[in-house]
Amino acid sequence: MVMDRAGERLSEVELQTPLYDLHRELAAKMVPFAGYSMPVQYPMGVLKEHLHTRAAAGLFDVSHMGQVTVTPVSGRMEDAALALENLVPIDVLALKPGRQRYALFTNDAGGILDDLMIANLGDAYFVVVNAGCKVADIAHMRMHLSADCVVTELTDRALLALQGPMAESVLARIGASVGDMKFMDVQRTKIGAVDAIISRSGYSGEDGFEISVPSGQAVAVSRKILADSTAQPIGLGARDSLRLEAGLCLYGHDLDTETNPIEAGLEWAIQKSRRNGGARAGGFPGADVVLRQLEHGAAMHRIGLLPEGRAPVREGTLIYATEDAPTAVGEVTSGGFGPSLNAPLAMGYVPGAMSEIGTRLFADVRGKRLPMRISQMPFITPGYKRN
Amino acid sequence: MKFTEEHEWLLREGDLVIVGITEHAANELGDLVFVELPEIDTAVVKDDHVVTIESVKAASDILAPLDGKIVEVNEAVVSNPAMVSEDAQGNGWFFKMTVSDWAAYDELLDEAEYLDLIA
Repeated sequence: MVMDRAGERLSEVELQTPLYDLHRELAAKMVPFAGYSMPVQYPMGVLKEHLHTRAAAGLFDVSHMGQVTVTPVSGRMEDAALALENLVPIDVLALKPGRQRYALFTNDAGGILDDLMIANLGDAYFVVVNAGCKVADIAHMRMHLSADCVVTELTDRALLALQGPMAESVLARIGASVGDMKFMDVQRTKIGAVDAIISRSGYSGEDGFEISVPSGQAVAVSRKILADSTAQPIGLGARDSLRLEAGLCLYGHDLDTETNPIEAGLEWAIQKSRRNGGARAGGFPGADVVLRQLEHGAAMHRIGLLPEGRAPVREGTLIYATEDAPTAVGEVTSGGFGPSLNAPLAMGYVPGAMSEIGTRLFADVRGKRLPMRISQMPFITPGYKRN
Repeated sequence: MKFTEEHEWLLREGDLVIVGITEHAANELGDLVFVELPEIDTAVVKDDHVVTIESVKAASDILAPLDGKIVEVNEAVVSNPAMVSEDAQGNGWFFKMTVSDWAAYDELLDEAEYLDLIA
């Protein structure tokens, strides 16, 4: 048996999150990920971990991600908002205290440097960035924001995600009152005596929360969450299949510096005020390219794909318009098996002209052309608590 | 039962061998979601790619352990890949093949040698 496509690589130095010993105690299988040793699965296994998260609640360690505060030197949040707007195509100024928004750092060509969350904590913006990009992101923010803001990486905090329909009741049981929060609300609060920053958001397609706590309290909070069987620890394997079913992008795979927000189907993240004719149109890196594509359409579109057979269609697989076309029209950027769908699923990029829902395309898998159909995304019905 | 360094097991059954992956390999792979078996009557040479198995996360290739011909495949694992995870060294077998050179079979690892390998 040759596991040559397993995608597991050794890295020289592996960092550990504050939950490392707990992962070992819970018999997690640890793998290198973005410079950290992270749990890819626990004894329950990826399939059951995925289904448990959709049915009850799953606890994820996402402490490898970067947590950053951006604090205005002047004390006026609008100064920090306008500074941040120089880096993202998002309306930060209109983001009210207690609210969070999805954002993108773009480069001068309109490509995506990273995707991130920006939350308004009232006296600072709380920014969460991807682990693999955090060093570059923080340098980028320091370089461009330091005139107006103090950029502080919160290296002394862990980040947990509690996802699933029972996440709210689990948090209530351990003394966090989050029942009044709606999707994308954020608050500084307490879990028992522990200071926490909690947002009602996540990366699973379910209702859920992301919980920032001091590193020294992370194990205690996790143990409380896991104290009854409602919440189970969930690894990176199920995190990936959950987000893929939810149609959410993974940076470095579905998004990178070669993709721009319009191709990626993320125009919803660019509010009216930042578009042509808006109060603060443009003004972010690559705005000319991005706003032109927003008006005239992008050449390539990100699409969801449902293979007709049972074979998973993986990242890097070439997409063809017909069974015998000599030239590929696109490529799969994420693909695998969806435990809730009980079927394979994928996302990728194809030309706009062939990106309509229902279009039949072919994937080249081990020399065979396998039929797939372009599907709506998300592939599952999300459980976000919008009202 | 014989074993390969690529985590396959082989069990002689008259003129044939039955081939599957070891429990150790099945545990390492995690939940299997897809199995693709070779065509019956395919002549194979040692190290030919004969079976593809996919877990939620990754694909793996199973190579022919010996020279011979595929004579039977286990369709049950195609319709239910979880059988491989649950009973890798029993009902989760992949195929039966003829063996051109039984001396090569005898040279494969025995159970003690395989257990040493994965220890």
